[in-house]
Amino acid sequence: MKKLFLYLKKYPFWIFLCLVLLFGQAMADLSLPNLMSDIVNIGIQKGGIKESAPEALSPDAMKLMLTFLSDSDRKAVESSYSLMKAGSSEEYSKKFPKSETSDIYVLKSGSDNNRLGAIFGRSAFALLYYLQDAAGQSGKPHTGQASASFTEGLNEVDMSALYKMQPMLDKLPSSAFEKYMKMAENIDDSILTQVSNVMVKQFYDELEVDTGSIRLRYILRTGIFMLLITLAGALATFFVSLISTRISSDVGRRMRQDVFSRVVRFSSTEFDKFSTASLITRTTNDITQVQMLLITGIRMICFAPIMGIGGIVMAVRKSPSMSWIIAVAVLVLIMLILVIFQVAVPRFKLIQKLVDKLNLVTREHLSGMMVIRAFGTQKYEEERFEGVNRELTGVNLFINRIMAVMFPVMSFLMNILSLVIVWVGAHLIDLGSIQIGDMMAFIQYSMQIIISFLMISITFIMIPRAAVSVSRIAEVLDTEPVILDPDKPKDIKGKARGRVEFRNVSFKYSGAEDYVLKDISFVAEPGKTTAFIGSTGSGKSTLVNLIPRFYDVTEGQILIDGIDVREMSQHDLHEIIGYVPQKGILFSGTIASNLKYGRNGATGEEIAEAAAIAQATEFISALPEGFESPIAQGGTNVSGGQKQRLSIARALVKKAPIFIFDDSFSALDFKTDAALRKALKESTGDSTVLIVAQRVGTIKNADQIIVLDQGRIVGKGTHSELIKSCETYREIALSQLSEEELA
Amino acid sequence: MSKPDNYRPPRRRHGGPMGGPPMMAPGEKAKDFKGAMKKLVSYLSRYKFRILIVLIFAIASTIFSIIGPKILGRATNILTDGIMSKITGTGAGIDFAGIGKIILLLIGLYLLSSLFSYIQGWIMSGVSMKVTYNLRNDIAKKINRLPLSYYDKTTHGEVLSRVTNDVDTLAHSLNQSLTQIITSTTTFIGILVMMFSINWFMTLISLFVIPLSAINVLFIVKRSQKYFVSQQEYLGHINGHIEEVYGGHTVMKAFNGEKAAIEQFTALNNKLFDSAWKSQFLSGLMMPIMNFISNLGYVAVCMLGGWLVLKGRLKIGGIQAFLQYVRQLTQPIGQIANISNILQSTAAAAERVFEFLAEDEQTPDNPLVHINTDDSIPDTDTLVHIKGSVQFAHVNFGYTPEKTIIHDFSANISPGQKVAIVGPTGAGKTTIVKLLMRFYDVNSGAILVDGYNIKDFSRQELRSLFGMVLQDTWLFNGTIRDNIRYGKLDATDEEVVAAAKAAQADHFIRTLPDGYNMVINEEADNISQGQKQLLTIARAILADPKILILDEATSSVDTRTELLIQKAMDNLMKGRTSFIIAHRLSTIRNADLILCMDHGDIVEQGTHEELMAKNGFYARLYNSQFENPASA
Repeated sequence: MKKLFLYLKKYPFWIFLCLVLLFGQAMADLSLPNLMSDIVNIGIQKGGIKESAPEALSPDAMKLMLTFLSDSDRKAVESSYSLMKAGSSEEYSKKFPKSETSDIYVLKSGSDNNRLGAIFGRSAFALLYYLQDAAGQSGKPHTGQASASFTEGLNEVDMSALYKMQPMLDKLPSSAFEKYMKMAENIDDSILTQVSNVMVKQFYDELEVDTGSIRLRYILRTGIFMLLITLAGALATFFVSLISTRISSDVGRRMRQDVFSRVVRFSSTEFDKFSTASLITRTTNDITQVQMLLITGIRMICFAPIMGIGGIVMAVRKSPSMSWIIAVAVLVLIMLILVIFQVAVPRFKLIQKLVDKLNLVTREHLSGMMVIRAFGTQKYEEERFEGVNRELTGVNLFINRIMAVMFPVMSFLMNILSLVIVWVGAHLIDLGSIQIGDMMAFIQYSMQIIISFLMISITFIMIPRAAVSVSRIAEVLDTEPVILDPDKPKDIKGKARGRVEFRNVSFKYSGAEDYVLKDISFVAEPGKTTAFIGSTGSGKSTLVNLIPRFYDVTEGQILIDGIDVREMSQHDLHEIIGYVPQKGILFSGTIASNLKYGRNGATGEEIAEAAAIAQATEFISALPEGFESPIAQGGTNVSGGQKQRLSIARALVKKAPIFIFDDSFSALDFKTDAALRKALKESTGDSTVLIVAQRVGTIKNADQIIVLDQGRIVGKGTHSELIKSCETYREIALSQLSEEELA
Repeated sequence: MSKPDNYRPPRRRHGGPMGGPPMMAPGEKAKDFKGAMKKLVSYLSRYKFRILIVLIFAIASTIFSIIGPKILGRATNILTDGIMSKITGTGAGIDFAGIGKIILLLIGLYLLSSLFSYIQGWIMSGVSMKVTYNLRNDIAKKINRLPLSYYDKTTHGEVLSRVTNDVDTLAHSLNQSLTQIITSTTTFIGILVMMFSINWFMTLISLFVIPLSAINVLFIVKRSQKYFVSQQEYLGHINGHIEEVYGGHTVMKAFNGEKAAIEQFTALNNKLFDSAWKSQFLSGLMMPIMNFISNLGYVAVCMLGGWLVLKGRLKIGGIQAFLQYVRQLTQPIGQIANISNILQSTAAAAERVFEFLAEDEQTPDNPLVHINTDDSIPDTDTLVHIKGSVQFAHVNFGYTPEKTIIHDFSANISPGQKVAIVGPTGAGKTTIVKLLMRFYDVNSGAILVDGYNIKDFSRQELRSLFGMVLQDTWLFNGTIRDNIRYGKLDATDEEVVAAAKAAQADHFIRTLPDGYNMVINEEADNISQGQKQLLTIARAILADPKILILDEATSSVDTRTELLIQKAMDNLMKGRTSFIIAHRLSTIRNADLILCMDHGDIVEQGTHEELMAKNGFYARLYNSQFENPASA
């Protein structure tokens, strides 16, 4: 994972910006329920009037209120309000039209609105209790009808009727109201402010304020604010998306480039270490995996915690006393997920194994079709398949059914969660500690929190998988190729004759115990053909692969024209070698482009000539597009023999001083093989030719034949010499040719 | 040593290679959508009762969960009324009994909904697994019934992908997509109904999210698909380049091609980056935009709801329910938009699977004669012992009807004779073998065994006469014992060992880690090529056939093993009619009949001496192996 952060280090600003934007997006998403609760609490329930103490009220109202207040409260109110002459302020006239014609009390700036709200609330309650009592004394039922009528009245009370009571109230001593004031003092602050809020509306109505439009305006304003926030959130998401996809695609690009450049520098030793297949997967699939992790990762791994924590903060602010519900829900969910994954993950791995097994059995079934039919074992194969199939189906069914439990249970838990919140919330509302809008917002926050935790737990599953990919990539990037150019390479350009000498060369693969080649010495002269023969595993291919430094010798030296190959630059070394691999490896393109791979500037004639020597002209000219015929990836559209001939022609185009044919004639039939060798002899002229072969016929006429057995030279000489002197050579030759043919 | 041909290409699955949401990547399309769907439906019809239950339960589960918010809204209304009465001091307070009742009702509803959803999922996964299990077995059985000629035009990979990928797609469609289609549609309709039942005016206004979401989905899918296609393409190019360069790295090194390879890679990589980020970005926009639209709906409900509450046409609980509905409304829209993609890929997969299952099978057996293997039972007209004479009578054959490659071929082979088939690579030497064993039927003429037309035997019985040792040593992932026993499934362990001894294989088997119980691995590369060859010979010996077919290819085997194989083959051939596909002419000079093949046809036949005297194709072929380059 460290490697990945190194790659991300290049974009500190962009990642920071991403985080900021994600934070913004989370805030936007989180503030919506809050604003919704404002609309419900203030817009709907309080008529859009936020303040619980009136900003202005009529002298009548002031008097009525003061009547029901204790001394300290009264003082507080009196010190917070001042009387303003009619029509003295244009600003107030606009807000409170009645102030144009009559004096009003206005709230001084800097007053404590909440405290005043509570005071007005107490006064309103005291008034309420007094009125109820008064109604009771006059013989009407204490509760029910009377209070109901007052309740309705509180919203649409005729204030002037109350003011008419004022002279009567003035006559009563202040002690007459003490009882009611005491009762009011026991009431919870939040209820008080809500009641005073209702009174404020009455006061404003009296001052000819259009309270209906205040309400509408409040809802509209909040709504527009919500819209803006939504828009801002969307913009943030847009840019997060843009930045995160660009960063992750760029990391993917750089990683891919780095890995590829690194692998291209690898020698065969590293290819053996990793295996070609694994290197391909590392450069393709693994990087794609990492890229995917980054794309979703930046969005999800960073967003989910921000959202989760933000949600918790918001929810706790709305109602600390309900937070435990969310904690319990999150715990239960996480436990559920843990249990399910504990059960499911090993089985997911098992499924992968069984799918591979099913594939294998089917592949064997298909590739062995002839054998199966010949032996009449179709039933046996069907049963073998059915066995794997049954096993796979069983595990699949189990997992599917586990998943079938998971989703209903999760949605049930989420639903139950909101029910619990409503139930607990209802009691808290009853106690007056929260309002309805808060509860509604709380439900939404709890959902957001739960979803965030779900996302986090998903990322916990994702990260280890990608971490495996990252470490596989890092392994490649941290591998230094063992074969490197010397600091001061000797210049051999243009003057190479091509004399190849092995001096006591021994070789073993890294990590292997036994030597593949032991104490090999010989000289291959320019203009001569040196051939290598031996049974499989005798080391003949390995031997020639040491010359172009696909591997470095373990002991001894390989010299070209007297210079150790390790003292040349690899580029120069490869320039003087025409190499033909065992398998005809071609690259996608055309026949011409493949031949030109030998030498970039080769002319059409040179290519045609090389093709002619390699006996490839016949089949090339039979193709409709001749030399411009396309070669598919891996050369799948030409036969094995054609591939070999093309790769021979490719090497010939190079006109190098040294030619290496690593068992390059095996796919050719005898006729072509013979014709090719004949043409080759004529064209390679002064070059040093090294041939690895399986067939004695191919090398019978070489100037020097080196017989290898288990990594050692057991014979060196011409065919006729070796047939007499070398037991191994004769054994090989006898198995291929009859006595008289050997002669 | 690097093994450029030995790697398996990275697994490619359906869906985006970048793991992008599969719905973004353009799916495969069925050639005949209706036909494929019809076949799928009729295949599923045997489960119709269970699927019907699934549908009912899915709908019921959705409905129960959709009613929830509206009822919960009623609880909120009770709460509002209660708090109002409290504020104004009427004292009735909150009706907790009422709220409690509603909550209990909801718990019941949600419980039912989850239960139905679970039962639905349980039944459906059972059905879909049953279907995949049966389909896979059907395919495996079908593989055996198809004529060999089918595989001339179909690669193994194609058949393989039907067994795994296509059947997987079907399973997934059945298991999830089918119920998702049902629940999404039900959810969508259900939410609309619930919203209308709460307040039609607000419903109409908040419905603007539907066209917005639909436009968004269509727009983004259309745009991003373009980039997904090009991303796919460049990913293919770049992976191809990587495979090629890594696979041929020695060649690249030898020809100093590193720089060119990196340059080409950089160009491809930049192009990939371009299409990759664009496709990811566009598809990544889908969710945020949906979220934005859903937020718009949310805001609209808040504003409008507030206004309607003031007008007394809605209660606060209504707003609450509406908020939940609007949030849920955009989800099914995305899913419904995806339905056509799902159906298309389902149809494509179904089409390929059913197409395969409907392929023409080989002509049914119509045996007139049976083979008598029991010496104690006397032969009758229809039950005969086979000695092993083979007769080709005016045989004409071509792999395709237009192109006859074997013209009027006749030959008589007596029991115990040795027939060699020679010719350059690709001359069609195995064709004769394939005809003999009735992997293919002759176009005209006849092949007779002991005078009976091979068409008069059942294939199974006919083939039981033959033993095959092919160049392509086919062994399966199992123990060595099981692999040898493959020649005769009811053979005892002693018989297996005896066969291995006769095949010169017993000694090396005993030197292996687990001896006869050693498991041959998946690549079958934990024993050498020569050892594999010996095992296949042992297998053929165990089968004890009347007629032998040998593909004597030993080019990649070292000298000592080669001698062993030669000896084993000689053991095997004793007293049996044998057909030898010869690569090395020296070994077949004593054959009783040599068939020379070129370009699929038999160009010459006779003994070695006869053919050499003719100085024709065979003579040239024979001499070419000793030809020397003129000046060497």
